[in-house]
Amino acid sequence: MSRVVNVVVAGLGGQGAIKASDILADAACRAGHDVKKAEIHGMSQRGGSVTSDVRFGEKVLSPMVPRGEADFLVVLDPDQVEVNRPVLRDGGLVFGPDFVDEKTLTNRKSLNVALLGALSHHLDIPEASWLEAVRAALPERLHDVNEKAFRVGRATAARAAKP
Amino acid sequence: MEAGGQAAKSAPRQLLSGDEAVALAALDAGVALGTGYPGTPSTEILESFDALGGRAQWAPNEKVALEVGLGAAFAGARVLVTMKHVGVNVAADPLFTAAYTGVSGALVLISADDPGMASSQNEQDNRRYAVAAGLPMLEPSDSQDAYDFLVAAMALSERVKLPVMMRMTTRVCHSKTLVERRGGLPPAKAPTYERDIPARVMVPGYARPAHRKLRTRLAEVQKEHERSPLNLWKKGDPKLGIVTHGITWEHVQEAAPGASAFRVGTSWPLPVERLRQFAASVERCLVVEEGDPVLVEQLRAAGIPVEGKPEMYRFGELSVERVKRIVAGDTSPEPPPLKATPPRLCDACPYHPVYDTLRRLDCIVAGDIGCYTLGVMEPYRAMDTCVAMGASMGVGLGLRHVLPEAQARRVVSIIGDSTFVHSGINGMVEMVYNPPSTGHVVIVLDNGTTAMTGQQEHPGTGRTLDHDATGKFSIEGFARACGLQAVDVVDPVADPGGFEALLKQRLAGGQLSLIVARRPCILAAADIRKFEKVNAEKAAAGCRTCGASDEVAISSGLTVLDGRKGKA
Repeated sequence: MSRVVNVVVAGLGGQGAIKASDILADAACRAGHDVKKAEIHGMSQRGGSVTSDVRFGEKVLSPMVPRGEADFLVVLDPDQVEVNRPVLRDGGLVFGPDFVDEKTLTNRKSLNVALLGALSHHLDIPEASWLEAVRAALPERLHDVNEKAFRVGRATAARAAKP
Repeated sequence: MEAGGQAAKSAPRQLLSGDEAVALAALDAGVALGTGYPGTPSTEILESFDALGGRAQWAPNEKVALEVGLGAAFAGARVLVTMKHVGVNVAADPLFTAAYTGVSGALVLISADDPGMASSQNEQDNRRYAVAAGLPMLEPSDSQDAYDFLVAAMALSERVKLPVMMRMTTRVCHSKTLVERRGGLPPAKAPTYERDIPARVMVPGYARPAHRKLRTRLAEVQKEHERSPLNLWKKGDPKLGIVTHGITWEHVQEAAPGASAFRVGTSWPLPVERLRQFAASVERCLVVEEGDPVLVEQLRAAGIPVEGKPEMYRFGELSVERVKRIVAGDTSPEPPPLKATPPRLCDACPYHPVYDTLRRLDCIVAGDIGCYTLGVMEPYRAMDTCVAMGASMGVGLGLRHVLPEAQARRVVSIIGDSTFVHSGINGMVEMVYNPPSTGHVVIVLDNGTTAMTGQQEHPGTGRTLDHDATGKFSIEGFARACGLQAVDVVDPVADPGGFEALLKQRLAGGQLSLIVARRPCILAAADIRKFEKVNAEKAAAGCRTCGASDEVAISSGLTVLDGRKGKA
């Protein structure tokens, strides 16, 4: 059985953490994986912490990522990085808000998609599936800005991965 | 991608939340009407049903929703009624007797429970309601189940002529998993009225035989549940067998992959004989259930020896980690939860000046349920009680009745617009019927939406679930009709000083008074303007199907729109 990939997306209400996890889950689904996604909405909309768990692979059981088993942690708010670090397994990777240079983004609000671009470098999901998922999740007027942000993140991760 | 193997794919699978899956199933099951009151985690069901083209509407509260649903089901329709767990408390009165009357069509009530209280005031376990009311209950574990179980519940309800409860939990409602759309149900018969007085008029003479009939029907359902494919028996290691339900089924398979396991899908009446066989087939039979020991108690009462979870796991949600601990009998302290940033009032929330005033005037604040409950947080700490929807009204009056006069005069009831319509109305009637000697001050925080649950419409907005214009309930008009002595409508943001002066005056006045602090939710304001514009255009184009009145639009500026004095 192929291993399940565990991703936790974290941020504060309104930063787009849930939108990012929706796109990730949809991209994994388009790539043919079994996918589950879990989060808590409600009170957390009011500026409180939000975390969303996405798991994909051949067969996923619980929708929640057990603590210490996340392969990747994507964080949209600088204050949420250390707080959420315990979700990671040994050797798991963090993509914090400073992973992508803000100045390279046309719109600061597309940071969530830029960090997905960074994440995408490490995942077995075709780029086409990612871009389809980005387009499906956002209104047309935001497609260009976000596709560009995705590519910026993806390129940054590719550079960072080189020795 | 996949090399051969699977034959041609059937319908494509969709990634849906449990709520969305229920809505899709309702469409495929021919549900004629969906009704409910918004409440996390149930809200998205009716919104999705509406988006899919179903007929969905918000009721002022859960009791009314169930009663509307019951009427439609008496007429032969298939009906979906949705609410959060505490909403079932509000709907409990008709629910218990609906078990006696039964239905002619089908009625499924979704109870969306919130173990761990992600967004609720308690974590009551509504599996108890199925037992108490005497209604069949099904419990899905993921979105595919949510789809399949809703169709099955609708079919069961139509077959046995009883309302059926489907209990979901936050993780089932809000988690997204893959769903394959299946067949649904054949079309229902067209609704028509068939008189059946003994079945529907629950006077004692008819209710006594109805109760007996209910128990006979439940015995039939119990037999059906013994063979139900909604219960899953996974054969594994005979040394350990786990009985489980709902989302916990997923955690169990991950935490103890080799164990034998029984997933109870028909939670009530329980398939007791199958569970007896399961328990007998394993050396150690452990029940892993989220919330109260409902399964454990029933199995033990049936003489089936099972091991329950340690008491510490009654509290909060279960997870893969916690299930591992339960299996290992580990009762050592759990690692503390990760530090979370608590929610707070939005920076531009119109309630800031209200809470600032309440804090500075040192009011004793009987609070209520909604975003505005966040007034209890720093920097205001301006809420003293919060119990249930609408409770601010009665609690404020009770405080006024018995406190020493100097304290009584500081008591204020504070309640949101949607909450007032939900069940604050009755408290206002109580206020004029049993007025405290010091009078009372009610503040309705009217932000023009049910903000907390994601900005749903309600009778006070004058728009239906899908934002079309309809009849509009007037909060201040209702207060005047009740005979309150002072009714004011103000904008607390435009003139906070004026709001404070007015509140001081009302606190000192000793009258029965209402202040409506009206200013749209900043998250909803743009949408509200859009809906108003669209509806005005429709009205101008001659669309006159609704009874929408020309209610005064949301004011800006401290306009005391109505300071008229009424008579008590």
